[in-house]
Amino acid sequence: MSGTKIEEKLFQNRYLVDAGRPHIKVRAHDAPSEELRALVDICPAGCYTETDKGTVEIVADGCMECGTCRIVTQETGEIEWNYPRGGYGVLFKFG
Amino acid sequence: MSLEVFDAIVIGAGPAGNAAAYTLAKSGLKVLQLERGEYAGSKNVQGAILYADALEKLMPDFREDAPLERHIVEQRMWMMDDNSHTGMHYRSDSFNEEKPNRYTIIRSQFDRWFNRRVREAGAVVLCETTVTELLKDTNGRVIGVKTDRHGDAILADVVILAEGVNGLVGQRAGLRQELQPAHVALAVKEMHFLPEEVIAARFNLKGDEGVVIEAMGTITKGMVGTAFLYTNRESISVGIGCMVQDLAENRVSSSALLEAFKAHPSIRSLLEGSEVREYAAHLIPEGGYKAVPQLYGEGWLVVGDAAHFVNAVHREGSNLAMTSGRIAAETVVWLKRRREACSAENLAEYRRRLEASFVMKDLKKYRGIPALLHRNKHFLDLYPRIASRAAQIWLRVDGVDKRSKEGEIVRDLRAARGWRGLVGDAFKVARAWR
Repeated sequence: MSGTKIEEKLFQNRYLVDAGRPHIKVRAHDAPSEELRALVDICPAGCYTETDKGTVEIVADGCMECGTCRIVTQETGEIEWNYPRGGYGVLFKFG
Repeated sequence: MSLEVFDAIVIGAGPAGNAAAYTLAKSGLKVLQLERGEYAGSKNVQGAILYADALEKLMPDFREDAPLERHIVEQRMWMMDDNSHTGMHYRSDSFNEEKPNRYTIIRSQFDRWFNRRVREAGAVVLCETTVTELLKDTNGRVIGVKTDRHGDAILADVVILAEGVNGLVGQRAGLRQELQPAHVALAVKEMHFLPEEVIAARFNLKGDEGVVIEAMGTITKGMVGTAFLYTNRESISVGIGCMVQDLAENRVSSSALLEAFKAHPSIRSLLEGSEVREYAAHLIPEGGYKAVPQLYGEGWLVVGDAAHFVNAVHREGSNLAMTSGRIAAETVVWLKRRREACSAENLAEYRRRLEASFVMKDLKKYRGIPALLHRNKHFLDLYPRIASRAAQIWLRVDGVDKRSKEGEIVRDLRAARGWRGLVGDAFKVARAWR
């Protein structure tokens, strides 16, 4: 990874976080599938991280609602993806 | 609102939804448009280029107050390798016309403006309202929607789904399948701000003239994808996209690809000193004709990105969205005037009209391209390198005679791909292009 970190990029963005109601959830698992592990690298907002136990977790606050994670894991069913409630989530200033 | 029945409900306020809602409202139909964002455009991302023709067909006077950035006078197509680009540029003063053909736009501003026009035309627009499900009657006919804002059902004679690439409402209602990783690209984009005069000087522009760069090559690291750089009035949109399947298989971060693209010697100096004010990501449905889902059914139609209407070869999408939105709405208006129901049989007219338009004709023409690129990833890696090496040999003046240089270029081509490979590639491209 080179240059600006993703967190710094997201800092420029505008969000209205629906506190306590994340729109994406990772289902409890012992070992993640290849697809779920790939999200740690490919999520453009860097929302997915690998824990010490080798599981994958998500903090969806910086999510740009692109949908990549839902599409990649559609066969494994490891994540639950919904739109945020109306008005919440990312609010693109320019888009 | 629970017992009010609309002529039509439009889900989404992007180019497709706005075009549909505007056309319906202009024709005097009772329209409800639902948008999950805080305002129309707040969830939408595009490069973005507006193709005037599709909008002109809806509102010929749009130039009077639409938020347009620059009209495009120059198109650069770049094949990039690690430290060079081989380009084809086309610039013409004839693009400085009274009614320019292409403009750069900023989507959140543009969609907001478009949606204001939709309201002025008489549609009821509710933002911050996420549609949670389609309502069906016992025969499976779509009769309305449920939202997260009003507990009650909202009923309509027809529902037009303009919900974008992440069309969960239609998917969950079983109208179409989830997108396939091989059919969808993930693009990331940044907005770089610079003073207007700096952009003018860097790109050799005067007034509202603009330049767009479309790039491909080793910048996508052997994956299928493209990058772009568009000049807005006081900002530059720069981004890169690759197929989701390729990104997942190679575990590559789009954000890192964008950083590398920005650092490329051909791009870096164009962005120097800019202030980044937004980082965005969005999917683009690039599966082409073969990925187009069922487009209509009992009481529903699907338009725009949700219907997979993107011509990836020509980087067109918003014009297909507006055109499909308009044609869907015109079909509904036509049925209403004839006092006919919005049944699947009658709504099949939408597909017939689309087939007669450039939307389906272009998608059909390029139906073989997505699979071609998927199976021939070297196109975007090998050929830019070959072109760059050939240019190096040809342009360096080093005492070697020109006939020897020509021989070296030909030998290089042959070594890189072989005659059989070259002829095969040419044949494959010609067949997919025709």
